[in-house]
Amino acid sequence: MINHQDRLISALGLSRYYGERCVVNNVDVVLRKGEVLGLLGPNGAGKSTTMQMLTGNLSPSEGEIQINTIDLLDEPIKAKQQMGYLPEQPPVYRDLTVSEYLHYCARLRHIPKAECRRMVAYASERCGLQEVSKRLIGNLSKGFRQRVGIAQAILHNPAVVILDEPTVGLDPIQIREIRRLIRELGKDHGIILSTHILPEVQAVCDRVQILNQGKTVFNNTLDGVESLEKVFFDLIFGADAVASEEVAV
Amino acid sequence: MSAIWVIANTEFRRMFLSPLAWSILAVVQFILAWMFLLGVNEYSLQTQSMAVGAEDVAGISEAMIPFLFSTAASIMLVVTPLITMRLFAEERMNQTLTLLTSAPLSNTQIVLGKYLSVLGFVLLFVGLVALMPVSLAFTTSLDWGQLAAAVLGLVLLLAAFSAVGLFLSSLARQPVIAAVTTFGFLLLLDVLYQSGNAQGSASELFVYLSAFGHFLSFAKGMFDSSDLVYYLLFIVGFLILTIRKLDNDRLQG
Repeated sequence: MINHQDRLISALGLSRYYGERCVVNNVDVVLRKGEVLGLLGPNGAGKSTTMQMLTGNLSPSEGEIQINTIDLLDEPIKAKQQMGYLPEQPPVYRDLTVSEYLHYCARLRHIPKAECRRMVAYASERCGLQEVSKRLIGNLSKGFRQRVGIAQAILHNPAVVILDEPTVGLDPIQIREIRRLIRELGKDHGIILSTHILPEVQAVCDRVQILNQGKTVFNNTLDGVESLEKVFFDLIFGADAVASEEVAV
Repeated sequence: MSAIWVIANTEFRRMFLSPLAWSILAVVQFILAWMFLLGVNEYSLQTQSMAVGAEDVAGISEAMIPFLFSTAASIMLVVTPLITMRLFAEERMNQTLTLLTSAPLSNTQIVLGKYLSVLGFVLLFVGLVALMPVSLAFTTSLDWGQLAAAVLGLVLLLAAFSAVGLFLSSLARQPVIAAVTTFGFLLLLDVLYQSGNAQGSASELFVYLSAFGHFLSFAKGMFDSSDLVYYLLFIVGFLILTIRKLDNDRLQG
């Protein structure tokens, strides 16, 4: 008997159609407490669509989603309170300073005014934003904007953090810091992250779910997986495609 | 409720972070002040001197207020689209709308927050316009009732304009498209009024549908509750359409 209590996300039978085209086809996403789940797949596999459905930005054509036992479709406001989301493009206002923006985000998540300052300070510290807190977001580099995006996702201490390609545009030092941050957060939150960088998955994820053409083709822990790259290419192209590619190289 | 206020507050401040809102207020105020000055000049030099001994002459309130407020209304027909265009279209373009749609907020809260921020701008603008006739009160006696009616009328008219702008901005992906369609729609309302009053083809219905028809009685100092109801229905209607559009985004993607 599976214990459903420690499931932070339980999304079963998710499907999404755009008109006739099926982008996500009967995908199950389950996330347990203290787990970092990596969502992989080639471009157009349905990763972002799945994440949009999990965060309530897109309603699934079929299937049900429960966040921390709260049904996302029935009680979206309560469910979203449990969730932090960083989309592909960090949703930052370029005309605000980092501190103004994070305070605004905190108030949007119903954090009481008295606690805002503490929460903002904590999130900026974790994402290394203290030195830039008075600067306009529009004047920051892409890496810092990305960090502001991560800071707003973890600001209200949500049970689930969903990050869509969080390390894009970061320098190697920042990538290492963000990975460490994700590992740390993974201890007491549940994290889903999508990425194209396979070593990153091996560095931070406990479990990997690979999507291809809207279907789950792999869903397992990384124990005993020698080369994720090989697994990935095998699943996407079939074994012979990998062989021919190696010849070509 | 507090979330609506937080959104309205931040959106209002962001409006004034760009030079757009400042320059609009400055330019429109300058033009209106010039016209007001011309009007006062004409009244004190010509109308007043001709009115000596005559009966039933328009006072300064009756002469200036409808003129000033309907000029302001015509200018805002062009300017309101510039204020409302960025509300949703800019967020769509910069992909920042996700911040609001994935926060624990209902679409109603998002729409009302955005709408209140524009309403703040409308109140500020009407307040600045009203200062001009109020300045006459230092030297003459004003018809305060007429001024109050005209202020209320202009607020309602611009609130209705803003509701249209908000809705069309929620449909558009680019602010310019939102501005052009809003301007087109507001112009259509004006054309409805004109064609409703045209000789030969006058139509009560067209005049009734047009937002301007209901404004003019306010500007003349008459408060008619049916006009008030017209504006409230107009505003609520477009706000509901905007909320439905956001709901639909979630379904259609």
